[in-house]
Amino acid sequence: MLSKKQARAFFLGGTAVTFLIFIGLTIYSFSKAQDQSNEGNITEAVVRGKKIWEDNNCMGCHTILGEGAYYAPELTKVIERRGEGYIKAVLMTPVDWAPNGRKMVAYGFTQEEAEDLIAFFDWIDDIDLNGFDTVVSPLAKDEN
Amino acid sequence: MKYKSQKVAYWFFALSMLLFGLQLVYGFIMGFAHVGLDGLHNIIPFNTARAVHTNLLIVWLLSGFMGAAYYIIPEEAQRELVSVKLAYVQLISLALVGVAAIVGYHLNYWEGRKLLEIPRELDYLVVVNVLLFLGIILTTLFKGKRRTTTALVLSMGLLFAALLYLPGMIPFDSQVKDSFFRWWVVHLWVEGVWELIMGGILSFLLIKLTGVDREVIEKWLYVIVGLTFLSGVLGTGHHYYYIGVNKIWLIVGGIFSALEPLAFLAMALFAVNMYRKGEKKHPNKLALYWTLGAAIVSFLGAGLLGFAHTLPQTNLYTHGTLVTAMHAHLAFWGAYAMIVLAIISYSLPNMTGRKLYESTRGRIAFWLSNIGMIGMTVAFGVAGVVQVYMERKFKMEFMQAQKEVEVHFIVLILCATLFTTGIILYFIDFYKHGRPTDEALETLSN
Repeated sequence: MLSKKQARAFFLGGTAVTFLIFIGLTIYSFSKAQDQSNEGNITEAVVRGKKIWEDNNCMGCHTILGEGAYYAPELTKVIERRGEGYIKAVLMTPVDWAPNGRKMVAYGFTQEEAEDLIAFFDWIDDIDLNGFDTVVSPLAKDEN
Repeated sequence: MKYKSQKVAYWFFALSMLLFGLQLVYGFIMGFAHVGLDGLHNIIPFNTARAVHTNLLIVWLLSGFMGAAYYIIPEEAQRELVSVKLAYVQLISLALVGVAAIVGYHLNYWEGRKLLEIPRELDYLVVVNVLLFLGIILTTLFKGKRRTTTALVLSMGLLFAALLYLPGMIPFDSQVKDSFFRWWVVHLWVEGVWELIMGGILSFLLIKLTGVDREVIEKWLYVIVGLTFLSGVLGTGHHYYYIGVNKIWLIVGGIFSALEPLAFLAMALFAVNMYRKGEKKHPNKLALYWTLGAAIVSFLGAGLLGFAHTLPQTNLYTHGTLVTAMHAHLAFWGAYAMIVLAIISYSLPNMTGRKLYESTRGRIAFWLSNIGMIGMTVAFGVAGVVQVYMERKFKMEFMQAQKEVEVHFIVLILCATLFTTGIILYFIDFYKHGRPTDEALETLSN
């Protein structure tokens, strides 16, 4: 029968081994040859766009890369679905945008801010998502 | 209660209950917004309600864990806490940081990173607060007469939870890396080190409530937390399938996260078996309900429902939908909320001296909240599956699909009302116990 000492060795050993593998896989997946995160194309506008995205907690309603709050649409591939003009209108409008009655806060972004956010979405769209883009991208495309 | 300083726990539990109550209010705001009743939109838009709802959950659970540690560690280490004064300083600063963060969320002061919305400046205060907490706990343990496995596992969980908060503070320009390391905090907390905390509390409660030999319980505790880490660390990969990192995570995440339910199954079987085995039944039946309930419901919510959408083939469709909300609600409820309610139910009569072990109100609270939460989970699940089919199979527009699932949110609100009624009854029970007192000190050891 398993002793307490053996049980402790199982816990400590198992944890150490899996954690080392985890660190190894992390390094592997961000190594140059294996990286698919579109890192090379991050521009200053993309970084500014990401900051606006975070400062306004857009993830608190929307999802991006499938992560967020499921109250508003997924924004991966949004440019492909909606086009830049539509997105700019939503971002810059001074009144609540409310398609089908569900309201979005009227952020009233400036032209530059809207362009930075679009640069951010554009950068997102070129990430290799292991097929997730094929699930979300045709969504409204058929409607347009 | 055996040591006077254990009374500190009461105030952490009281803060915990206060924040829990507030969390439910924001949950209702979101539920109503989903059915189109968003009258508060101008003051509390959805993203504010969401950040407050999830952050309050984290803070009330942490406050509950800290209270649990302040109660358990003196008894396990067989000495008073090294400083009660500092423990109160830590409590007040925790409350202040929490309140500042929540007020900030109403003023657009946050970092919109799911579940880690606390702005960077406040992050540093959180770190100081947690260091103070760990300082008190670890010094007490170090100076104590004995170092039990239960105390070590609990403290290790708390220490690692603090360390793992740090990767979430590294700034990244890439959304992918940001997300990747955010999961180091969130996943490795809830599917890793928090389970050590849960395991530690569970072990303490089982020792007290069943009378089974400590050596037996603690041996199995090691096995369970061992299984948790063996599956949970590499199981982090299930968050990495579709966020822009290498395909290797589809395989690694798929295999190891499929094993995660085993740890929860082991925990449920362990708790039930220890209860069966125990000959010395403690009269605090309510604490036993919550303890066994936590072990069983965490298997259902975290284990089974997590498994339901953890395989990459399924997750491709369910990723980023209400299916996640289904799993998250029952998982957090079973694994963490219930274990906090269990330790409160056990320790409250000991701290206040009022042995309300078998109140009808307490039993109704247990059943109503559980039935309500299971109903909510089903409502989220149905809404989620319908959303997946409409949006991702039939290519319907997001809002068209949302309109179709509105009815499930009405069911959700009804079940949430049932749940809240149960929780209010629990609060009343908490209040009826009165304040902690030195008169409740006992000399008998058990």
